[in-house]
Amino acid sequence: MAGLRWKTRLFATVVVLSSVAGNFFLSLGLRHRSPESLSGWIQALVSPWVLLGVSLLVIWLLFRLALLSWADLSWVVPVTASGYALTALMGKFFLGEHISLTRWAGILLITLGVLLVRTTAIRTTRPRRPREAQR
Amino acid sequence: MSWLLVTLVSLTASLGDALQTLGMKLHGEIHDFRPAALGNAFRRLIRSWHLGLSLVLLAISFGAFLALLSIADLSFAVPATALEYVSTTLLAQYLLGEKVNWRRWAGAGLVACGVVLLGL
Repeated sequence: MAGLRWKTRLFATVVVLSSVAGNFFLSLGLRHRSPESLSGWIQALVSPWVLLGVSLLVIWLLFRLALLSWADLSWVVPVTASGYALTALMGKFFLGEHISLTRWAGILLITLGVLLVRTTAIRTTRPRRPREAQR
Repeated sequence: MSWLLVTLVSLTASLGDALQTLGMKLHGEIHDFRPAALGNAFRRLIRSWHLGLSLVLLAISFGAFLALLSIADLSFAVPATALEYVSTTLLAQYLLGEKVNWRRWAGAGLVACGVVLLGL
């Protein structure tokens, strides 16, 4: 883990945090709404929470794209899943939600899985020559 | 209906992710984070079909996920789409040629099981 470059660490952290916050606000904006008409749908989609959620997910997409330019997909996907465990812990510590034994087991498995994948090489495919060298 | 949406969410997301990774790897590592350089990289990336198609697939996946959230709880939607970890790892190995060793498979499997447990 100490071998991770700061760039990889920074980008992975932003990817995790923006997806946690983005999904939280989306869920807040869409929960318990069952729009029946098209205008009801449009109203739900332009509500402030949904717009905030979508903006955070745009940040998520851009940072993830950059991360994928040097890291394996099969490294990025499991490692950035730590957001799920983080969401559950946030619910406990900030919202006082109860975490059942099953959910604790889930948090433990995700954490172990993330730690295991982090011991593997970030990249296993060969980089192409940089564009500058091709000119 | 819910499971149909779950399948659609997972498959389009995995395929979109694989195409996105392919597009980014063909572009090469992003080193220069100055706005002008990022703008250039962005313009180059937009012109490659990989990224365009991946965004279409991810938009379909996102739309299907929103539809799923409107008919099901988040506590069903999130664990059900854990299927994605398996399909994405398979695509990474066979389509992108990444070397998925046992530690990476085990880690992805643990994460998928953990996501399912979290949502139960």
